[in-house]
Amino acid sequence: MSEYAPVLSLEGLHVGIGGTSILHGIDLEIKRGEIHAIMGRNGSGKTTAASTIMGHPDYEIESGSIELDGADLLELEPWERARKGVFLSFQYPQSVPGLQVGHFLRKSVAAIRGDEAAKGAPFRNALKSAMEEVSIPRSFLSRYVNDGFSGGEKKRFEILQLMLLKPKLAILDETDSGLDIDGIRVVSRGINAAIRGSESGALIITHYSRILEHVKPDYVHVLIKGKIVKSGGPELALELEEKGYEWLESDAKEDD
Amino acid sequence: MAMEEAREAVGDYKEGWHDPEHSTIRFDSGLSEEVVRKISQIKNEPEWMTEIRVKAYRHFIDRPMPGFGDREALEGIDFDKVCYYLRSSDSTEKDWEDVPEDIRNTFDRLGIPEAEQKWLSGVTAQYESEAVYHSIREDLESQGVIFLDMDSGLREHPELVKKYFCSVIPYQDNKFSALNTAVWSGGSFIYVPKGVSVEMPVQAYFRINAKNMGQFERTLIVADEGSSIHYVEGCTAPTYSTDSLHSAVVELIAHEGAHIRYSTIQNWSANVYNLVTKRGIAHKDATIEWIDGNIGSKLTMKYPAVILKGEGSHAEVISVAYAGKGQHQDAGAKIHHLASNTTSKILSKSISKDGGRGSYRGMVTVSPKAENCKLNVVCDALILDDGSQTDTYPTMEVANPSARCEHEASVSKVSDDQVFYLMSRGHSEEEALAMIVNGFFEPFTRELPMEYAVELNKLMALEMEGSIG
Repeated sequence: MSEYAPVLSLEGLHVGIGGTSILHGIDLEIKRGEIHAIMGRNGSGKTTAASTIMGHPDYEIESGSIELDGADLLELEPWERARKGVFLSFQYPQSVPGLQVGHFLRKSVAAIRGDEAAKGAPFRNALKSAMEEVSIPRSFLSRYVNDGFSGGEKKRFEILQLMLLKPKLAILDETDSGLDIDGIRVVSRGINAAIRGSESGALIITHYSRILEHVKPDYVHVLIKGKIVKSGGPELALELEEKGYEWLESDAKEDD
Repeated sequence: MAMEEAREAVGDYKEGWHDPEHSTIRFDSGLSEEVVRKISQIKNEPEWMTEIRVKAYRHFIDRPMPGFGDREALEGIDFDKVCYYLRSSDSTEKDWEDVPEDIRNTFDRLGIPEAEQKWLSGVTAQYESEAVYHSIREDLESQGVIFLDMDSGLREHPELVKKYFCSVIPYQDNKFSALNTAVWSGGSFIYVPKGVSVEMPVQAYFRINAKNMGQFERTLIVADEGSSIHYVEGCTAPTYSTDSLHSAVVELIAHEGAHIRYSTIQNWSANVYNLVTKRGIAHKDATIEWIDGNIGSKLTMKYPAVILKGEGSHAEVISVAYAGKGQHQDAGAKIHHLASNTTSKILSKSISKDGGRGSYRGMVTVSPKAENCKLNVVCDALILDDGSQTDTYPTMEVANPSARCEHEASVSKVSDDQVFYLMSRGHSEEEALAMIVNGFFEPFTRELPMEYAVELNKLMALEMEGSIG
């Protein structure tokens, strides 16, 4: 796989919001088929990283670069990034009253994968099997996007979109938060179906290691105060589960 | 930021072209008793109609402007500059081929003949003051359904017209109902006999073409016992730098068990004053529904009303208003529960953008003798940017304690996070806004015939885009 450029490459990424710096130089490389996890406490900058890669206009890039498949993303609008293959599963998905789920899915697939992919039997079949995978009933299609959804339904709907949009890079921001064990199992099934065996890369952002028991990461990074202080294999997640983040926080201070 | 730029963009008004004006009769602008008598004379009307026109004219002169709504904008109307009668074709044709070519082209461009073939029972097309085209399906005619332009209605069915004309909206009702009664021309006259259901909608389309034109159509729909009809009305006008005036009166009478649905999509250019009085009377177990869409215009003041006169009757007013740059939509609904076991529902949705102003003005009353009435009022406003405005003036006067009243109001703003969420799914900023706006209007569009719903969604997408020529 080394002949390909990485799916995602972050180099020396410094990001701020409203004049306050949050990320202080992030380096990260995700190759095809790899699943990376970023773990950290609340406020460590995890969501900032996710939103910045998607192109949220509130975040200012102070320095550094973001590349997808070797191409610069910084000048692109969020929808252009989406069309290039970046997907973000939101921690708090927004509701759009009056916009039907079925219509929205079809339009989104057309926007990102082209009109052909959103047509006829192939689309219907893909939709049907993806809905089964994440236990979403048919009646869901006529509801309005995230309007009155339970927390679990919102997360399953995000993963349904992931499965249909087939991105090159899937960023999953706190997909496990607010889910019970069964909920985590269902969304993990969807994530594995979308990522495993594909050439997509994935970045799972989480607080706890629970979801990582179901979606095994290849690499785990620990984010503290806007810096990656430690990287390792899946065993690092277990270590964090046992010891918490405190033992790493002193490292972060030394670096400041 | 790109979001701001997108919101500043104003959609060019799509129907803003105009044809060269051609007229067979054109009155000088300005209003007088002579003008009123001349209109009646040209139309060869019975004496009683001339009299009611003149009385209405005198009332119009004496009557002050309404004390509510946008008084400043109302004071800006120069009644002396308006042309009160303009005939551009000498007859109302039954075949599009016989309609003067450029007028026919206009309606072609608006898609009327096409819609007629596909899904309508009948069509009236009015250009300036008179209907230029009219047709109804033969099977309806043979069932006794009368669908005519109002002038033909008066000529061919004077007794029916005399019985109902001004029976729901007397000319003294307000300044603009007086004006309309004085100078009315065109509009539709419909009578549906007992027990007849008109399955496919009938449509009237009103087009203003000339500068400084005043259009004053008059519509009267009578649905006899147990009958039903769906009437659809569309309106557009060219964009001019000077103002036009559209002031219609629509009266509906739903007899026992009858059902009238009246759907409107008004898409006026930004130089039109749109001051319309619409009211229906629902007798025992009858239903009247106003589905009212107000896009464009300089100032719209319109409050479709239903008088629930018979026991068990039902009223619904579902309206949307879109106020863009320099526009004020003062719209709402009025419902009067006069009888027991009557029910009503008002759903009002308004969107303001680019400094536009949307106002909901509503009134629901329950009379002391009306037992067990149910009423439900929901008004939602969506504001697209900081300079735009929304306000709500709801009135409920409930004089019978057995009434069950529900009232909900909400004001929301499109949030950056909502737009970002949709953009992250591959939709440009304009598309994202259009999705949010169309979603907001969805409870309205789902009540429209499909063709209209699609058209309205497209229209709103264009309003969000601001880049069409």
